[in-house]
Amino acid sequence: MALIEFQKGGLYVPEADVYIDPWRRVKKALITHGHSDHARWGHHRYVCADSSKAILQHRLGDINIRGVPFGESFLVNGVQFTFYPAGHIVGSAQIKVEYQDEIWVVSGDYKTEDDGISGAFEPVPCDVFITESTFGLPIYTWLDQSIIFDEINQWWATNRDAGVTSILTGYTLGKAQRLLSGLDTSIGPIYTHGAIENMTKVIRSSGVPLPDTIRITPETPKKDLVGAMVVAPPSATGSPWMKRFKTVSIATASGWMQLRGARRRRSVDRGFVLSDHADWHGLNQTIEATGASKIYATHGYTDVFRRWLESKGLEAGVVKTRFEGELAEINEGSEPEEEEQP
Amino acid sequence: MKRFAQLFQSLDQTTKTNQKVAALQQYFSEAPDDDKLWTIALLSHRRPRRSVTISLVREWAAEMAGLPVWLFDESYHIVGDLAETIALVLPKPVKTSERSLTDWIEHVIALKDLEDEQKREGMLEAWRSLNHRERFVFNKLMTGGFRIGVSQKLMTRALGRATGIDENILAHRLMGDWSPQTTTFEELVLQERAADDLSKPYPFYLAYALDVSYEQLGPPADWQAERKWDGIRGQLIKRDGHLFLWSRGEELVTDRFPEFEVLTAFMSDGIVLDGEILPFKDGVPLTFQKLQTRIGRKKVTKRILQEAPLILMAYDLLEHEGEDLRDHPIRHRRRILEEVVQSVNQEVLRLSEIIPFDNWPVLEQERDRSRELFSEGIMLKRLDSTYQSGRKKGDWWKWKIDPLTIDAVMIYAQQGHGRRANLFTDYTFAVWDGDSLVPFAKAYSGLTDAEFREITTFVRRNTLERFGPVRSVQPNLVFEIAFEGIQASKRHKSGVALRFPRMHRWRKDKHPKEANTLHDLMEMLKMYG
Ligand SMILES: [Zn+2]
Repeated sequence: MALIEFQKGGLYVPEADVYIDPWRRVKKALITHGHSDHARWGHHRYVCADSSKAILQHRLGDINIRGVPFGESFLVNGVQFTFYPAGHIVGSAQIKVEYQDEIWVVSGDYKTEDDGISGAFEPVPCDVFITESTFGLPIYTWLDQSIIFDEINQWWATNRDAGVTSILTGYTLGKAQRLLSGLDTSIGPIYTHGAIENMTKVIRSSGVPLPDTIRITPETPKKDLVGAMVVAPPSATGSPWMKRFKTVSIATASGWMQLRGARRRRSVDRGFVLSDHADWHGLNQTIEATGASKIYATHGYTDVFRRWLESKGLEAGVVKTRFEGELAEINEGSEPEEEEQP
Repeated sequence: MKRFAQLFQSLDQTTKTNQKVAALQQYFSEAPDDDKLWTIALLSHRRPRRSVTISLVREWAAEMAGLPVWLFDESYHIVGDLAETIALVLPKPVKTSERSLTDWIEHVIALKDLEDEQKREGMLEAWRSLNHRERFVFNKLMTGGFRIGVSQKLMTRALGRATGIDENILAHRLMGDWSPQTTTFEELVLQERAADDLSKPYPFYLAYALDVSYEQLGPPADWQAERKWDGIRGQLIKRDGHLFLWSRGEELVTDRFPEFEVLTAFMSDGIVLDGEILPFKDGVPLTFQKLQTRIGRKKVTKRILQEAPLILMAYDLLEHEGEDLRDHPIRHRRRILEEVVQSVNQEVLRLSEIIPFDNWPVLEQERDRSRELFSEGIMLKRLDSTYQSGRKKGDWWKWKIDPLTIDAVMIYAQQGHGRRANLFTDYTFAVWDGDSLVPFAKAYSGLTDAEFREITTFVRRNTLERFGPVRSVQPNLVFEIAFEGIQASKRHKSGVALRFPRMHRWRKDKHPKEANTLHDLMEMLKMYG
């Protein structure tokens, strides 16, 4: 019997009778992070990393939940579980599963660059590694985030000088806070869409330092928004909510912006290449660092990535998710708030 | 190279015309002359000749990136652009380069006569020294055109603003068979020429699609009716011994369509004609596809001239004996036009015929014959109308025929390019032949982005097989395919070829079994083929 099985309901650890990021309702769910395709509603009991707890409670309401500090192991029916930072968003974790000398690691979503707020990713040595591969093609390689934030701040400053409001879109959970942490507050005030303000408050109160933000309300004077930065979810663009701004420049920050075609299709003024997922090099370095002899890829260009791993002499497979990884790529920017993808 | 790469990025980052013009204007004000000249050349399809084959470029890029060729190719399928794919997969540069655009282009040209091993070293040297954006531009030089949404017209406008020279004069100066290796910026752009003013066209007057019933147009006697042809709108100018042909995009295309040269000898000076540039052979127009083989082609071979010879179907006269006639009513302009065309008496210049009608139903019957005459419908012009500029409603109407339609099942899907690189937008459609589906048309336009997204989701969830970038899918979706004509074709499995197939509607209400059959298609071929 495999230590982790790929079932209809999700990743299942039969020895412990627990699921990891299940998408069907289960008795006990270990959750890697708060994004809606990983943390779903309706499980009896939730276990997550300590720093993810407030986020899950904010998103899912009154649930039975336990937070565990990073690096601290716990046993379920003799199977040992440990959370390690995944660097994807605040509170995101990889989950190590150990039983009778066998170690599996479920990466969840991860990125290898330390963004300063999500916890620094560390590769966890294991026998079998279930890795995400959202950006598992060699065309996806990221520049240092400092370069991207310079671009973003420059764009903002130019807009401010022209009396234009900068609207920067990113997911409510994760991307929005990362954007906030990189903005240069000396340029001007930062306003937020209500959904982002609520989430940011939760994250700020758990001790993550983020700059001051002002919630946009119907009472916000229009003239105050001129030249300001507004951080909004992708779904806000094109909605009636946008009517309050006079002249705007809209940008979006995402790994998908790497491709010229995708930037143009997005119908935004600027596309910044900033991702919360590992790039091609990050994926490959991580896989090597785990020392795993068997790799399962999930999300994204899994078939291609598997073939690449096999060509390097590794044993590799694909885990199908119900949310086909590629869906994120299509829907990004147009999905309803609750359906937000990585 | 840095300045040009920056220009490229600025142009690429915006869809707004005025921002593009501003970026170009700034570039033309600041760049050194030889770089400006090369930029003009690149933006007017005068790329240096390829010095390394595409397959070698691809091979060396994959090698430098440490990737197997299959993985490079998979990446290319996703990106849809070779130059971009290479720029994305290469390792970070190990140095920087201050060499200019002209310098790098000369580097590229010099590779041509070298041995493969030296060519390879030359390519790797460039890739090692250029950053991501510069590499992309460099790769474009090596592999293909600079299609960046900047028309020759836009470029000319920006150059006009930067130099203070009239746009139309510049368009004329930039015409012809020049290359940066045979001229200078000073000579090509700045020096005054005798013929500068001669080429100047008039703004085109455009018609609206008829959106009222013909009864509302008043008495038929007030109107002139002609066939509407499916070519390129053109303005032919003969002044002071020189002939100029402008296309509707207001580009000067004289040198691209040499068949009109003959008119220089037969037309008197001071004449400007408005008409349709059409591929035309043995007394009938050819398909628009034939015309497309001519657009954008700089070198015209004998064979091409035989396969797709062009004519101008003249329908208006804007200038005669040097006098601007645009304020005269068309009934008057038309009379002189007929005289002009007759006196020229050359095959490349034909007169658009007037359709006689004394009541609207008769004209409607004529319109219904359009398809057999290879026309798109009827043009209606009020006999009292002057030649206005731009699109003004009321005096000129186009009354197009409805397209043919057929319901078909989608069986293959492929990812789009450019703006829609991440969506499945190119589909193959089939009709039923008994229990099997016979593919008969490909189409990639006619739907909204939202529909393309929805179908992309379907494709990913219903893929049966993958063939490189193409996926076969469950035959579940039905589309109404509209097309302009149908012809028998041996090359196609279905035995027919459609003209301008596009998706008219997604028939979510239809079960795949309700789609049309090959028999239906054959019936259409009998009727309209
Ligand atoms: Zn995620």
